[in-house]
Amino acid sequence: MKLWILITATIILSFISLFIGAIDIKISNLLDLNSDEAHIFFVSRVPRLIAIILAGAGMSIAGLIMQSLSRNKFVSPTTAGTLDAAKLGILISMLFITNVTYTQQVIFSFAFALVGTLVFMQILNRIKFKDAIFVPLIGIMYGNILSSITTFFAYEADLIQNISAWLMGSFTLIISGRYELLYISIPAIILAYLYANKFTVAGMGEDFAKNLGLSYKLVLNIGLILVAVIATTVVLTVGVIPFLGLIVPNIVSIYLGDNLRKIIPHTVFLGIVFLLICDIIGRIIIHPYEIPVNVTVAVIGSAIFLIMLFRGRAYAK
Amino acid sequence: MIEIKGLTKQFNKKTVVDDVSVSIQPGTITSFIGPNGAGKSTLLSMVSRLLDADTGEVLLDKNNVKKWKSTEFAKRVSILRQANFLNVRLTVRELVSFGRYPYSKGRLTAEDNKFVEQAMEYMNLMDMQDQFLDELSGGQKQRAFIAMVIAQDTDYILLDEPLNNLDMKHSVQIMKILRKLVNELGRTVVIVLHDINFASVYSDNIVALKDGKLVKNGPTNEIINPEALREIYDMDIPVQEQNGCRICVYFNSQTP
Repeated sequence: MKLWILITATIILSFISLFIGAIDIKISNLLDLNSDEAHIFFVSRVPRLIAIILAGAGMSIAGLIMQSLSRNKFVSPTTAGTLDAAKLGILISMLFITNVTYTQQVIFSFAFALVGTLVFMQILNRIKFKDAIFVPLIGIMYGNILSSITTFFAYEADLIQNISAWLMGSFTLIISGRYELLYISIPAIILAYLYANKFTVAGMGEDFAKNLGLSYKLVLNIGLILVAVIATTVVLTVGVIPFLGLIVPNIVSIYLGDNLRKIIPHTVFLGIVFLLICDIIGRIIIHPYEIPVNVTVAVIGSAIFLIMLFRGRAYAK
Repeated sequence: MIEIKGLTKQFNKKTVVDDVSVSIQPGTITSFIGPNGAGKSTLLSMVSRLLDADTGEVLLDKNNVKKWKSTEFAKRVSILRQANFLNVRLTVRELVSFGRYPYSKGRLTAEDNKFVEQAMEYMNLMDMQDQFLDELSGGQKQRAFIAMVIAQDTDYILLDEPLNNLDMKHSVQIMKILRKLVNELGRTVVIVLHDINFASVYSDNIVALKDGKLVKNGPTNEIINPEALREIYDMDIPVQEQNGCRICVYFNSQTP
């Protein structure tokens, strides 16, 4: 696939995304900035589009970094407990700080996402049996354990409803003022691109990295911090979007390989295209109502994931 | 010159390398041989800084290897461990280009590209430079990794069992290339080998280990004889001369 095809698709889908929804917006009416339509357009539609673009690019890059550093094709924020740890962090901040501020939530969520991912990487180092399918299964179990801890304490503290808001990835509630945290993933993605060669070398293993004079541990830690930053911003604004960080990098890897410098642009735009399609489908099916994006992503994503499992075992090894 | 002085390494209180002292002669192939678990790979890992020694030191040009900066060390000494299991999807050219990482950090200059081209030509990889590694056979893959190490342009090339999983043809091919690297380009190769006959025919010096201890060290023709081999392997191994090569005949269907 050529990069310009993905970029063109991104532009077309972005345009579609801006003009579908419960209320029909005509481009001509946007010139009148005082109209209701312009208001909806700039307070809801544009922020929503930006949120989709940033979340789609961010989650795909986070997955790519994790797959490279863990040297396993099926490790991603969803299958390594990162997102579950971020949720646990938000809950802990709500339990222990009265009148918790947004900044405090961000910090807690980030710290938990980082530590949660580090713990998984440690588990990965300890286990002997590193089958491409066994590893993500452990990750999913580990994530579920974190998730059940979250649910238990949320239940005890009567916070279940708040928690389920993050369980459900959705762009429905994105309006201006509620998504700006996502902009943090822009520098994170740029940093990932600058570090692309280092991640690729680190992805060939510690011995390999040391042979080439790379400080392996440092690169590993920087990668995990980037993943935690991106995961936190997405969970706090959009919620959990499953599978995205798993499928997108894998599809790119199949046709373009694993050289990060080369594949990051493709991963970014394929991630955006995929999420835009899922979101648009969710908005069309029961129009004028919406299906949350995590449902459409999960349905389409799990189907693609299964195809990858059945057809791609040889490649993933 | 690399000097190994009194190197000792323990894993879980078991001494794997025990007070080994050896000098590696520049411009030669030195083979590390010995039975399984003799500590050959561990020794090589400590020389290349992949492992820290418990006691003793390794000197590269009179300076302790631990004191070298990572990038500078990577321009002098390269190590290739058993890398056939690597599952990264890179093209041959991309992999070889990463050999230039210590110099360019991934932004290849014209000079870097020259090294990459030369290394691929040297290893006969030009035809398959755009193929992914996972599409290659074991022998081709091994050649690609060695090409990467050649592109790294180090004086010392350390290889840990590079003939693993290779058939005879490809093993001979690899050993001939290593010989060429030493004879034509003046590199120094240190190699861990299992098959004693490859060590006998292709190396200048042999370092024999057993239970972590150095048992023999010297020019190949002083080591490849039944007396020394018995000491190393606890086996009676007749040695026959063939076209000027000493071949160890360790196959024997007569004795049980």
